[in-house]
Amino acid sequence: MIETLFFYLFASITCLAGLMVISSRNPVHSVLFLILAFFNAAGLFVLLGAEFLAMLLVVVYVGAVAVLFLFVVMMLDINFVELREGFQRYMPLGLGVGGVLLAEILFVFFNSADMPETVVMVTEVSNTRVLGRILYTDYIYLFQLAGLILLVAMIGAIALTLRKRENVRRQSIASQTERTRADSIEVVSVPSNTGVKRS
Amino acid sequence: MEITLPHYLSVSAILFVFGMFGIFINRKNVITILMSIELILLSVNINMVAFSAFTGTISGQIFSLFILTVAAAEAAIGLAILVIYFRNRGSIAVEDINVMKG
Repeated sequence: MIETLFFYLFASITCLAGLMVISSRNPVHSVLFLILAFFNAAGLFVLLGAEFLAMLLVVVYVGAVAVLFLFVVMMLDINFVELREGFQRYMPLGLGVGGVLLAEILFVFFNSADMPETVVMVTEVSNTRVLGRILYTDYIYLFQLAGLILLVAMIGAIALTLRKRENVRRQSIASQTERTRADSIEVVSVPSNTGVKRS
Repeated sequence: MEITLPHYLSVSAILFVFGMFGIFINRKNVITILMSIELILLSVNINMVAFSAFTGTISGQIFSLFILTVAAAEAAIGLAILVIYFRNRGSIAVEDINVMKG
């Protein structure tokens, strides 16, 4: 009973937050509603017995992706009002396509006969342990590939956004480390009352 | 009242349709389009985890993990492209992106 209650709570908040993400005027509010949607989806995952993925959703999405979105939205100085032109124009088309798609999907879901009925819980070991056991054995190549994807994404993002500015004094580490005592220090004996002539 | 698999699938379907609808109505705002894509991937994740829980196989959660990875990478790359585009053009309007005429 309490599970049903929490399902409807999480599900309704997730859907409402999703609606607010796409319809709010201020993109900062959109990002905050996205965070709310992620938190409630994590609640749904907990109800389904996938605790590890719920925690991962909170850490990865809320902690990294949503904060990244927030940074970019706040960093770029954009006039968001003119970006909303065409909102009314595309609304009927979007509503039509979305409504038809949703009706079709729901019709299929609630009319298919052989849906599994109840949650099959693997209760003897924890969800994280089960995931780890199968992830590091059967799916080890996919796991390595996921790491490679993240590496490529990291290098790509750095390479895209790194820029060399002109007329800025920068530290040149190579020239600093390659200088020796011989070419940087010169011992000059100064005769008195004449000074040193330097070229 | 028992919560069955179609309930979870309905939540995911509604989120998916919202994400698609968001791409439709925010044609000019790339940031909102990226957020809509995140919503769509979240709905796919809910689908995966729901089927995994109701059929008792763990593979769905593994694939959900990989979807999460790809979504994070995609968001990072997309936002990086957005930042350099804004740095070069001073706007993020989608209809200006065809200047390269590739």
